[in-house]
Amino acid sequence: MAKTLAEKVWDDHLVRSASGEPDLLYIDLHLIHEVTSPQAFDGLRLAKRGVRRPDLTLATEDHNVPTLNIDKPIADPVSRLQVDTLRKNCQEFGIRLHSLGDVEQGIVHVVGPQLGLTQPGMTIVCGDSHTSTHGAFGALAFGIGTSEVEHVLATQTLPLSRPKTMAINVEGKLKPGVTSKDIILAIIAKIGTGGGQGYILEYRGSAIRALSMEARMTICNMSIEAGARAGLIAPDETTFAYLKDRPHAPKGEDWQRALAYWSELKSDSDAKFDKEITLDADQLSPFVTWGTNPGQGIPLDGVIPSPQDFTDPEEVSAAERALVYMDLKAGTPMKKIKIDTVFLGSCTNGRIEDLRAAAEIIKGKKVASDIRMMVVPGSARVRLQAEAEGLDKLFLAAGAEWRSAGCSMCLGMNPDQLAPGERSASTSNRNFEGRQGKGGRTHLVSPLVAAATALRGTLSSPADL
Amino acid sequence: MEKFISHTGSALPLRRSNVDTDQIIPAVYLKRVTRSGFEDGLFAAWRSDPEFVLNKAEYSKASILIAGADFGTGSSREHAVWALQNYGFKVVISSRFADIFRGNSLKAGLLTVILGQSDVEALWSAIEAEPSLEIKVDLETRLVSYKNQAVSFDLDDYTRWRLMEGLDDIGLTLRKIDEVENFEEKRAKFKPKTLPVLS
Repeated sequence: MAKTLAEKVWDDHLVRSASGEPDLLYIDLHLIHEVTSPQAFDGLRLAKRGVRRPDLTLATEDHNVPTLNIDKPIADPVSRLQVDTLRKNCQEFGIRLHSLGDVEQGIVHVVGPQLGLTQPGMTIVCGDSHTSTHGAFGALAFGIGTSEVEHVLATQTLPLSRPKTMAINVEGKLKPGVTSKDIILAIIAKIGTGGGQGYILEYRGSAIRALSMEARMTICNMSIEAGARAGLIAPDETTFAYLKDRPHAPKGEDWQRALAYWSELKSDSDAKFDKEITLDADQLSPFVTWGTNPGQGIPLDGVIPSPQDFTDPEEVSAAERALVYMDLKAGTPMKKIKIDTVFLGSCTNGRIEDLRAAAEIIKGKKVASDIRMMVVPGSARVRLQAEAEGLDKLFLAAGAEWRSAGCSMCLGMNPDQLAPGERSASTSNRNFEGRQGKGGRTHLVSPLVAAATALRGTLSSPADL
Repeated sequence: MEKFISHTGSALPLRRSNVDTDQIIPAVYLKRVTRSGFEDGLFAAWRSDPEFVLNKAEYSKASILIAGADFGTGSSREHAVWALQNYGFKVVISSRFADIFRGNSLKAGLLTVILGQSDVEALWSAIEAEPSLEIKVDLETRLVSYKNQAVSFDLDDYTRWRLMEGLDDIGLTLRKIDEVENFEEKRAKFKPKTLPVLS
């Protein structure tokens, strides 16, 4: 029977499938961080259970860690206890951990791919909803809660009900200045934050094929913002070239065997998706959010919508609330919005290509005098690479801050936060109320828009410079 | 896990859609390493407004939360479920739940019930007219009942059985561990391992 890519990967991991119960799926890689794991390890100890496959498990410190003075003990005692707890748990259960200061430390979804641990056709989970990032390699990757973290630690499996599949066809060619971030923001605005609920998304089409691996990761990363637990892209030559010679990529004959398997990993031409939508890449322009959920986005050259523009009463009231929280008026051009802080980083846009793209625009120029720009590499490796290319000097010369790796200002749980009322242009993934700090206001943007905004002080695209 | 068969209590009407897990519990509260004590973080930002529904005396005994569509979007933090449970909620009713939140809730024993939006609206109106209104959520019959109303809801048989028996998912899987072992023997050898560390 013809199958979609997601169905193929699902079926290849079936430990057990019986009617009247969920499928039991084998998990190839379990990623762990300090925030969602301590209660899971406690559960194991309480039940006198061990970790079944430490050799398929990897931990890193990313969410709550500072991005300044990382050689000193973490100042916040509660954060420090959480990180210490991870260190103790990893030691007790024999799990590989990349701690703050380690060259492989970084945001968990940046670290997995760069080590070559993320490969096509795998099942990958982590107690973090942006695990969908790894879908860019044709892996079935999704976020889980702490009960499920404990389940995977104990059994290396998860009981799951088979989701439906949705094809998202993006055809055509992106205009200059338009990025994969704009594609995914446009998709979320089109289908809504609940549009992908119950589905695995497959991004397809000529515009997707043309993207680099890092750009594909940006798209898959935000699948969860469309409500889908997972989103994936069929592996191809771009994928294989990215993986070749990475530390944990298969070597020698194993590489040939892996390649043969990976090459089969695509939806059959006659496979049926439960739903299909299409987006025209040629029509896309830089996209930004105006509201307090990632579905409330419009093209940057548009104006802030009025609640009356919506028909669904839930959307009307959501828009009313969002405008109040964001302190914005309907009809205002997006480009008139004055920004206080620009954040370049996160598992969405904190990889080397993102930093290069922003640096290219900032080069030789100055960040606007009343703007704070923070540049936070997604991993220590990304930071080192950027420094080898001189990007750090270029950002610093422009007046931006150059930080160490971590989740940083994407979520308000480490020292990098917005002050109440402060407004950001952020390359991260969520514009929820208070997401970047209590009372903070977030506009989600691409790295290119972030860089142009930093120079002009108002939401801008490189074309405005 | 405690068995869940039926719960009767009063309810809190939360007339908001797209309530994300950052609203249910902001990230600053996630630094704790325990599974309890998260009630102070529940809807922390909104609670600073005295008019917020959770602050109203007439709903202070509520144990059922009735929310707008797309409840629990965003982050996978199970702390959102724990915060609701720690505060005293046993059931959340909405017309749509985010996938990860729904999974987490049913693992942790917080019953999430999906009703049609019109049924949710009817419940909101009934509760606002009579805040002490008793609502019964019954897993045996899969019915939400109040006054002379009874609305049925779907929940798959397996999850319902697991909740009613109070069974731990891990224990259930460990009973089938020989099947996991069989699977592991057939796994492709080229799949990566995190150990030993390679560079």
